[in-house]
Parts: sequence; structure tokens; C-alpha cells
Amino acid sequence: MTGTELLLDYLSRYFPVFVFVVIALLFGVVTLVISHFVQPKYPEAEKLSAYECGSEPFSDARMPFPVRYYIFAMLFVIFDIEVIFLYPWAVVFGKIGFIGLVEMLVFIALFLVAYVYAWRKGALEWD
Amino acid sequence: MAEVGLKLAFSVAQIAVVMGIVLLTVMFLTLAERKVLGWMQDRMGPMEVGPYGVLQPIADGLKLFFKEDIVPAGANKFLFTLAPILALVPALIGFAVVPFGPNRTVELFGYQFQPFVISDINIGILYILAFTSIGAYGIILGGWASNSKYSLLGGLRSAAQVISYELNVGLAIVGVLLLAGSLSLVKITEAQAGGFWHWYIFAFPFPQVFAFVVYVISAVAETNRVPFDLPEAESELVAGFFTEYSGMRFAFFFLAEYANMILVSCIAAALFLGGWNAPYPGTLLPENLAWVEGVVWFAVKVYFFLFLFFWLRATLPRLRYDQLMRFGWKVMLPIALGNILVTAIAAYFFPKG
Repeated sequence: MTGTELLLDYLSRYFPVFVFVVIALLFGVVTLVISHFVQPKYPEAEKLSAYECGSEPFSDARMPFPVRYYIFAMLFVIFDIEVIFLYPWAVVFGKIGFIGLVEMLVFIALFLVAYVYAWRKGALEWD
Repeated sequence: MAEVGLKLAFSVAQIAVVMGIVLLTVMFLTLAERKVLGWMQDRMGPMEVGPYGVLQPIADGLKLFFKEDIVPAGANKFLFTLAPILALVPALIGFAVVPFGPNRTVELFGYQFQPFVISDINIGILYILAFTSIGAYGIILGGWASNSKYSLLGGLRSAAQVISYELNVGLAIVGVLLLAGSLSLVKITEAQAGGFWHWYIFAFPFPQVFAFVVYVISAVAETNRVPFDLPEAESELVAGFFTEYSGMRFAFFFLAEYANMILVSCIAAALFLGGWNAPYPGTLLPENLAWVEGVVWFAVKVYFFLFLFFWLRATLPRLRYDQLMRFGWKVMLPIALGNILVTAIAAYFFPKG
């Protein structure tokens, strides 16, 4: 196939996906809009206050949160990128032979070093 | 141009059918869950609306649709509305690449299309992983926009949990990709044809049993189901990230959770249990009806997983948060990684003939 044909083939395969995204978004928005017009509205100060088991809400809820969450998010970003590198390798594994196997073993060994380091540093402890 | 119009018409029709089936399944899953839980606890479940309560989901849906949709005074209005849509849309569009039946091309009105998959793109599984990750934004934004302490805590917990288990899902799938040599769900399913011993959970040279177990457990955690339902732990966080939600916006979070359950069940069936392939070689029905058999087997496998979700909910107590994180990072991750190493070495020494 020539370049243009490849591009057309590519576009025609992704076209239904694009249509699906549009339809799903429309479904969400339209349902909310219709529901907005058919529902009763009786706003009251008590009803609109944040739920805190019946007592008066105190202070703003958007407070600083434990740094634990942040560390796990960082670990996730690093490890997930490494996982994404494994995907193309896994797909062409049958074609790249021994070199491909050894190279990825080295890559996974590096992954393991980072993992063991994080573990020993206590980054994986929650408490 | 006529061709584009025809393609649009066929795509819209296919999408409408798939979305209709998914939304109907979600509706009746809520009933099925309450019934199954009821029977497991020696109760009847819902019995009032319609015979044996079968119309209960319709009553629930109508009620939520006509309910007042409360936006708390301190909430960020735009994000508060965006969050449920962001949770629901990724859960629905994942179905675009799932093969529901045998891969065949049918010609209708001079247009060729594949009736059982909306679009066979060559990065199918990657597409699903990418979009389901966006669902986590819906949850964390919903938690933050509500401006309630319970919602914020639920949203944060959920984000940490979803990303931890996302990693395990990603690693568990690599083993299957190694054996299949493709990211397309259609090709992965086709590679498992010819009897249950070709399914990747049992396949030569290295059965993906470990990957399967890691995947199923992580899938339960990713959909925030019991025993990993900490984001909405009702005994500590009221309802977690959707404490402040009501009416249709609440219904969207609910729909998203159940649609996600169906989606992960479809992926589990397609990757590990042969998708629409029957557990025996060949077909029982005549050639031109073979697709019925395929669709039925796919449905059976998906419903098996959905039943598993309910079963777990009736059986297991909730984990503590530190247990959840330790289990994800220190038990599941090494197992998934070890599975990749062993599978790679086995696949190198016993390549497919």
C-alpha cells in the first residue's frame, strides 16, 4: 500500500472510535440537560451545605493531604512508563530472537533495581 | 463522500446496539446483584416492583432521573458536573474494540463491515488501558469538586488505589501479548481458537494462570468493588467520592462503576478465556449459525466474571488501606513481573510452530 492508502486505512479504522466518543459524550450531556429541566428545585441553605454527619461543616474541605499519596503517584508514573516499554517488545518478541530476550532481561533487571531500592527505602510502606 | 456517509450510518447503528446492550445489562446487573446478595444471605431481594421485582431497575432509573440534583454551596459547579461524565464516557467507549463474536465480514447494501466488533484497531488493548485511566480523573475530580471532607478523602484514596492496581493490570497483560504477538483483541482472541487447552490461561508453553489471577484481583480493585471498595467505604467515609452527589449525576457514577465491571469482564474473557471461542474444537451448530455459538460462549464467560464480583461482595470483608497498598505493591507486582520473565524465557525456547 502507498502512504495515502495507509493513512486512509488508518483513518477509516479510527473513525468508528471517534464516533463512539462523540456519541458517549452526547449521551452524558443530553441526559444531564434533560434531567435538569424535569427535576424539582427547592434550594435551602441547610440542604446545600456539605454533609458532615449532621453537624455544622467547619473549615474548607480542600486541605493539604498526606504526602504518601504523592509518593505513590510518582512511583506509578515511573513504573508505568517502564511497563509501556514492555508492550512493543512483547508484540514483536517472536521476531527479534535472542538479542531481544537478553536486552529485555537487562531492562527488567534495571526495573528490579529501582523496585528493590524503593522497597528498601520504605517508599512502599503506607504507615 | 457517499462511502463516508455509509460508514457513519453503519458505525452509529453498531454503536447504538452496543451501548443499548451495555446500558440494559447495567440496569439488570443492579437487580441481579441485589437478588444474588439476597439469596446468599437467605433473603428474597427486591420483590415489590413487577413480578419478582424484575422492574426494580426501571423504577430506580426513573426515580433518579426526576430527582432534585443538589450542588453543594461550596462546590466547583463546572467540575462537579464534568466529573460524572468523565467517569462514564471512558467506561462506555472501551467497548469499541471488544470482539463480541466471530471475526467475519458481512456485506450489506454494498458496504463491508464486521458485525461483532465496532472497530478492530491494532492497538486495541492499549486503547482500553489508556481510556480507563481517564476514568480515575472523574473520581478524583468528583471528590475534589464537592468540597466535602468525605468526598476529598474518598477521591484521594481512589486515585492511589486505581493507579497502584493499574500497574498490575498492565504487567499481567504483557504475558498474553508475548504469546499472542498482537495488541488487537480480535487477533488475540483468534489465536486462542481450537479448544480450551489453547486458551491463554492454560496455553503452552507457559500457562498464564498467575497473570489471570493478578488480572482478576486488580480488576476488582480498579472497579472499586468489595473487598477493595475503600473509596466508598460506607462505614468510614459515608459514600466516599460521591457523598455529595444526587439525582442523575449520582446515577452516572453508578452506571460508570457497572459499565467498568462489564468491560473488565469482557477483557478478562477475551485475553485469558478465549473470548468467543468454544471450549471444544469446531462448532456444534451448522456453519452459517456458528456466530450464535460464539456470542453465547462470550456472554457465558462475561456473566461468569460478573457473578464472581457479586460472590466476592457477599463473601469477603473489606481490606484496611495499608493492607491494600502492601498487597498491590509487594505481592501482586513481583508475581506479575516474575510471570513476564518466565513467559518470555519459555516463549523463546518453545516458539509457536
